[in-house]
Amino acid sequence: MTDSKYFTTTKKGEIFELKAELNSDKKEKKKEAVKKVIASMTVGKDVSALFPDVVNCMQTDNLELKKLVYLYLMNYAKSQPDMAIMAVNTFVKDCEDPNPLIRALAVRTMGCIRVDKITEYLCEPLRKCLKDEDPYVRKTAAVCVAKLHDINAQLVEDQGFLDTLKDLISDSNPMVVANAVAALSEIAESHPSSNLLDLNPQSINKLLTALNECTEWGQIFILDCLANYTPKDDREAQSICERVTPRLSHANSAVVLSAVKVLMKFMEMLSKDLDYYGTLLKKLAPPLVTLLSAEPELQYVALRNINLIVQKRPEILKHEMKVFFVKYNDPIYVKLEKLDIMIRLASQANIAQVLAELKEYATEVDVDFVRKAVRAIGRCAIKVEQSAERCVSTLLDLIQTKVNYVVQEAIVVIKDIFRKYPNKYESVIATLCENLDSLDEPEARAAMIWIVGEYAERIDNADELLESFLEGFHDESTQVQLQLLTAIVKLFLKKPTETQELVQQVLSLATQDSDNPDLRDRGYIYWRLLSTDPVAAKEVVLAEKPLISEETDLIEPTLLDELICYIGTLASVYHKPPSAFVEGGRGVVHKSLPPRTASNESTESPETAPAGAPSGEQPDVIPSQGDLLGDLLNLDLGPPVSGPPLATSSVQMGAVDLLGGGLDSLIGAPNFVTPPAATAPANLGAPMGSGLSDLFDLTSGVGALSGSYVAPKAIWLPAMKAKGLEILGTFTRQVGSISMDLQLTNKALQVMTDFAIQFNRNSFGLAPAAPLQVHAPLSPNQTVELSLPLSTVGSVMKMEPLNNLQVAVKNNIDVFYFSTLYPLHILFVEDGKMDRQVFLATWKDIPNENEAQFQIRDCPLNAEAVSSRLQSSNIFTVAKRTVEGQDMLYQSLKLTNGIWVLAELRIQPGNPSFTPRSCP
Amino acid sequence: MIHSLFLINSSGDIFLEKHWKSVVSRSVCDYFFEAQERATEAENVPPVIPTPHHYLLSVYRHKIFFVAVIQTEVPPLFVIEFLHRVVDTFQDYFGVCSEPVIKDNVVVVYEVLEEMLDNGFPLATESNILKELIKPPTILRTVVNTITGSTNVGDQLPTGQLSVVPWRRTGVKYTNNEAYFDVIEEIDAIIDKSGSTITAEIQGVIDACVKLTGMPDLTLSFMNPRLLDDVSFHPCVRFKRWESERILSFIPPDGNFRLLSYHVSAQNLVAIPVYVKHNISFRDSSSLGRFEITVGPKQTMGKIVEGVIVTSQMPKGVLNMSLTPSQGTHTFDPVTKMLSWDVGKINPQKLPSLKGTMSLQAGASKPDENPTINLQFKIQQLAISGLKVNRLDMYGEKYKPFKGIKYMTKAGKFQVRT
Repeated sequence: MTDSKYFTTTKKGEIFELKAELNSDKKEKKKEAVKKVIASMTVGKDVSALFPDVVNCMQTDNLELKKLVYLYLMNYAKSQPDMAIMAVNTFVKDCEDPNPLIRALAVRTMGCIRVDKITEYLCEPLRKCLKDEDPYVRKTAAVCVAKLHDINAQLVEDQGFLDTLKDLISDSNPMVVANAVAALSEIAESHPSSNLLDLNPQSINKLLTALNECTEWGQIFILDCLANYTPKDDREAQSICERVTPRLSHANSAVVLSAVKVLMKFMEMLSKDLDYYGTLLKKLAPPLVTLLSAEPELQYVALRNINLIVQKRPEILKHEMKVFFVKYNDPIYVKLEKLDIMIRLASQANIAQVLAELKEYATEVDVDFVRKAVRAIGRCAIKVEQSAERCVSTLLDLIQTKVNYVVQEAIVVIKDIFRKYPNKYESVIATLCENLDSLDEPEARAAMIWIVGEYAERIDNADELLESFLEGFHDESTQVQLQLLTAIVKLFLKKPTETQELVQQVLSLATQDSDNPDLRDRGYIYWRLLSTDPVAAKEVVLAEKPLISEETDLIEPTLLDELICYIGTLASVYHKPPSAFVEGGRGVVHKSLPPRTASNESTESPETAPAGAPSGEQPDVIPSQGDLLGDLLNLDLGPPVSGPPLATSSVQMGAVDLLGGGLDSLIGAPNFVTPPAATAPANLGAPMGSGLSDLFDLTSGVGALSGSYVAPKAIWLPAMKAKGLEILGTFTRQVGSISMDLQLTNKALQVMTDFAIQFNRNSFGLAPAAPLQVHAPLSPNQTVELSLPLSTVGSVMKMEPLNNLQVAVKNNIDVFYFSTLYPLHILFVEDGKMDRQVFLATWKDIPNENEAQFQIRDCPLNAEAVSSRLQSSNIFTVAKRTVEGQDMLYQSLKLTNGIWVLAELRIQPGNPSFTPRSCP
Repeated sequence: MIHSLFLINSSGDIFLEKHWKSVVSRSVCDYFFEAQERATEAENVPPVIPTPHHYLLSVYRHKIFFVAVIQTEVPPLFVIEFLHRVVDTFQDYFGVCSEPVIKDNVVVVYEVLEEMLDNGFPLATESNILKELIKPPTILRTVVNTITGSTNVGDQLPTGQLSVVPWRRTGVKYTNNEAYFDVIEEIDAIIDKSGSTITAEIQGVIDACVKLTGMPDLTLSFMNPRLLDDVSFHPCVRFKRWESERILSFIPPDGNFRLLSYHVSAQNLVAIPVYVKHNISFRDSSSLGRFEITVGPKQTMGKIVEGVIVTSQMPKGVLNMSLTPSQGTHTFDPVTKMLSWDVGKINPQKLPSLKGTMSLQAGASKPDENPTINLQFKIQQLAISGLKVNRLDMYGEKYKPFKGIKYMTKAGKFQVRT
C-alpha cells in the first residue's frame, strides 16, 4: 500500500469527496483524507477550498495528523488569512504543551504562516520559547525570530527580540548558538548598516567554542560569521586560524570552503616570515584537492573558488597541477574550469606536462572544449616565455590535423603569439597561408589578415592573398573588413609600387560602398594620411605596437581581494562582487582584506583602519570645521586686503581660532582642554593641526628646522574608486613655493596614460601652476612620484570646510574626483614678520570678540625651541618677554591672501603647557 | 537560505515541489528548462543558474534533478551539499531514489523534507535522528499502522538531537554485538598512449557498520597512519586525538556510516594494478580499421583482479565492429557507438584479449579523436595504498564485540588513452 493511491482520484467530485472524509468521525479516515489533501498539494493542485475542514482536524493528539495539518496551513494560510486566525488558539495552546517537540513544532509552524494578523499573537509564545528550558525549543525559536523579521521587521525590533537573539549567542548549547548566529546573519543581511553581529574578542571566543560542538550546518554559519571579523593584530589572527584549521578535515565541503575563507582572509594579517604562515599554506592544499573528488556540482563550485585562490596565492597549489587534469567524462562545466586553472598554474617547471595534456584535449570530441584547449596553448606561450617555441610547434601539429575549428582557433592564438614575440616565429607563416581557404569564422579570418598585413614584406604573394579576400569584401563581417583595410594599407606602405591599385580599391570600397561608420571613418583617415603625408602615414600605421600583456585574463587585484572575502558564496562563483548582481543592492557591504598589523605596533592599531571598515570610505571622512570661521572669512573676502590689519580685523579672530584649534588639537598632547573663551568650536581643521603638532614634536627635531613640516602621504584616491588608479599625496611649502607631492600607482591591468589634473575653485585660490607631468605611460603595478607646483592666483570660492580642496584627475580610462584638506601652514608666507610697533598698535586695536584663547598641554619645549620651530613654518616671533617667570612670545604670520594673524604664547617652564593667550 | 525545492525528471516535468518560506512560482523553473535544453546531456546542465530574482542550484542524481531556489547570497556549496544529503536520505529511507518511489511515498517525503529544513535552515539531517522523528516505511509497519491506527511519526524528542553525541541514539540494544569496517579504495588514473601514468590518485573511505549495545567508545589504529595526510572525518571522530596520536577515537553512530574518507595524492607513488595493451588503427583509405586490446595485471600484490569491465566510446565514423574476445562477453551499440566488454577475472597465465575489425563509414576521412578506454575492476583483500588497520579496541562497555575488517580496491575514474 503506497501513497501513490492518493494521486489516482482525479474525478470531478474529488474536493467534495475529500470534504466528506475530512469531516468523518473516524480518526483513521480523517488522517487518510488529510494525506490525500497533502499529496494533491505537493504536486501543485489547488486544494485551498478545504481550508476550514482541514483546520478542524488540527486539535488532535495524533502527532502525525497534527504535522500534516501544519504542513497544509503553512501552504495555504496566506491565501486564507481570515480562516488562519481560527488556528491561532491551538498554536498558543501547543506552545505550552509539556512535550518540547510539540512546543517547538508550534512555534516553528506559526513563524511560517506569513499572515500579518497572526504575527501579533505569535509574539508572546515566541518570547516564552526563546527562554524555554529545553534547548531544542530555544534553537527553533531563534530561527523563528528571523522568520518573523522577514514578515514584519518593525515588530521584531519593537518587541526587543533582536536583543534576546544576541543574548542567545552566549547560550550554553552550541546548537542554539549556531542558530542564533544564522538568524542574526540573515537579519543583518537585510540591514547592512545595522551592527547586529557586533563581534568582539569575547563573542569570538564563544563562537569558536561552539564551532567545535555544533552540527556541520551550524559550523558553516559560524565560520561565515567569523570571516566578517577583523582581528586586532596578527597574534589574534593566528590564534583564530589555529582553532579553525581542524575544520579543514570536515567531510562537509561547505564547511571546508568556509574555513578556507576564514584562513585566506586572516592570513593576510600574518607576516610571511612567520613559521606558522608556511604551515598554514601547507595545510590549505590537501582539502582543496579533496574537494575535487566530490560530486561534479561540488567540484564546479570548488573550482571557481580555487581559481580565485590560485590567483591570490599561487604557492598553495603550485605542486598540484595534476589533479586538474581533465577526465574525458567530466561534465563540460568542470572541464572548462579545470582548463582555466591549469593555465594559471602553468610555469616553466610543469609546462611540458601541461602542453602534452592540452594537445591531448585538442583531439577530444566536444567542440567548445577543444577550442578552449587550443586557446589555452596560446595562453601558455604568452605566459611562459621559455615554452613559446614548444607551444608554437604544438599548434603547428594541430594545424596539420586539418580539423577545421582547431585550425581556426590555432590561427587566432598564433596571432597573439606574434604580438607578444614579434619577428620570432614568422617561419610558420607559410604553413598558416596553406590553410587560408578553410577559414570561415570572422575571428580567424581577421587574425590571418592581420598576420599577412603585419608581415607583408616577407610574404611574396601578400598582395594576391589580400586581393583574394577583397573579392567578397561586402560579405565579410565588420571585424574582417576593418582588418583587411588596415592590412592593405600596411602592405601599400611596405611595397608601394605594386599595390597602388589594390589600396585604391579597398579605400573606395570602405569609404564609398560601406554604410558602416567605423569602416568609413577609418577609410577616410587612411586616405587623407596617404594623400597628404605618406611619411606620417607610415609612422601611424606601422607604429610600434605595445606588447600584449601576459595576464589579460587575470582579475584586477582590488576586485580579487574583495572576492577573496566572498569565498564560498555566489559572488565567488560569478567572480563578481555581490553589488554587481544582488538584487536592489540589498545587503551589499564592500568587504576588504584586513591590513597587516603586527602586535608590537598594536598601540597604534586603533588608528589603522577600524575593523572591517570599507577602505573606500576614507576620502569622504572629512573633519568638520567651525562654521563661524568660514562665515567670518567669507565676509572679508570681498575687498582685497593688503597690509593694515585693522581693515581685516573681523577676519583675524577666525583665522586665529583656526590656528589655535590646529595647534591645540594635534599638538601631540593626548588630552587637551578646549578653552572656554573660544567662540568657535575647537575641532578645527585637522590637517593644519597635524602640521603644527609635528612642529612641536621633539622627535622630528632637526628635520623641522630645515623646512616647513611635511605630513606623510595619505591615500587620497583609493584604487577601488578609480578603476585601479591609486593616488597618495601631501602638501609641502619650500622656499616660498607651495607644491603638492603626489604618488600615482597603477593597480589596474592596463597601461595608463594622458594624465591631467584640475582643482575646483577654493578658499585660497590654489591652482596648479604647471600641468601634471607624467612622462612615461604608467604600466600596471608601477608607481611614479611627482611634485606639482601650486599657485594661489586661482579663483576664490569659500569652501566648507575652509581648507577643502576638490580635485579632478583624468587619465585615458576616466576622470576621477576626490577631495582633500590641505594644511593651512603651506599658506604662511615668508614675509610674515610684522614690525614691532605695528604689532603693538594692531594688538591693541583688536576687538575683544576677535580674540580666542586656549591651552596646549604637555608640550615639552622651551621658548627658543618653539620660536625656531615655528619660524621654520613661517610663524615669526615679533617679541619675547618674561613675566613672572613665564616666557611670553608674540607671534605673527601672514596668509597668502594677505590676512595677518597675531598670537601671544605664554610658556610656563615648570608646567610644560602653553597658553597662547590670543591674538590679533 | 534555501527557499524552495523542485524535483524534475529528465523529461522536464516537475513532480514535487516544497517551499520552506513563501511560495515561489514553479515558472521559475523555466530558466532551468532552458539550460537543460541547451545542454547536450543531462550531466552537463550547469549547477548554478542565475535568474532575474532567484538563483537555481541543482544536482543531478538518479536521473532526477533536485533544483533548489535561493533568493539571497547563500554559500552554494551549502545548498549543493544539502541537496546531496536529501538524495542520500531518500535512498536511505526507501532503498532507491527514483521518481516512482518518491511518488509512492510522497507524504513521508514531504514530512522528511519539512524536518530537514526550517525556514531554509537545516534542522535535522542526520539519518539516525530523522528516522526517530519519522519512521521509514516498511511493509510490516504499514500493515500494523492500518490495523492499530498508529503513525509513522515519532512523538518523542529524538534523544540524540541535543546530547553531546547527537549522532547516536541512546538505549541501543543488540544481542549480537558486532563492528565491521570496510576499507575501500578507488583509483582514479589517466594512463597515456604509451602506458605511462599521467596522473593517479587514490580516494579511500572507511565505511563502518556498527551494531553495538549502549555507548561504546572505540579506538582504531593503523600500521601506517602516515599515509593519511588528507582526511575528512565523520563528526564523531575526536580530532585532537588524531592530531596528537594518529589514532581514531570515537563513539560510533548506530548502524551504517562513513567513518572517514581520505585522499592519497598524486605526489605519492600510486601502484597501478592493471595495464591495457591496445592497438587501434584507422586507415585513411580503407573502410576497415583494426582493433585489439589486451588487459593484464601489473602491481596486484598477488591478488586476483576481478569484475573487469572495459568500455569505450568509439568515434562517430565507426559503423560496426566485429570482434572476438578470448573470454567474457562484449557488445557494441551502433547507435551510441558504445563498446562494452565484460571480462570477468584476469588469469595471469592467459591474458584476456579482444580482437577484430571495425567497419568505418566509406569515403569519410579517418576520425579525429581516438577512443578513450574506461576500465572497471575490483581487487578483494587489498588496499592498494598499503593502508592497514592495526587494532580496534572498545572501551565503556563490558561485552566483547565481534570485529571484522575488510579491504577492497576498485577502479574509480580509470582511463586509458589510445
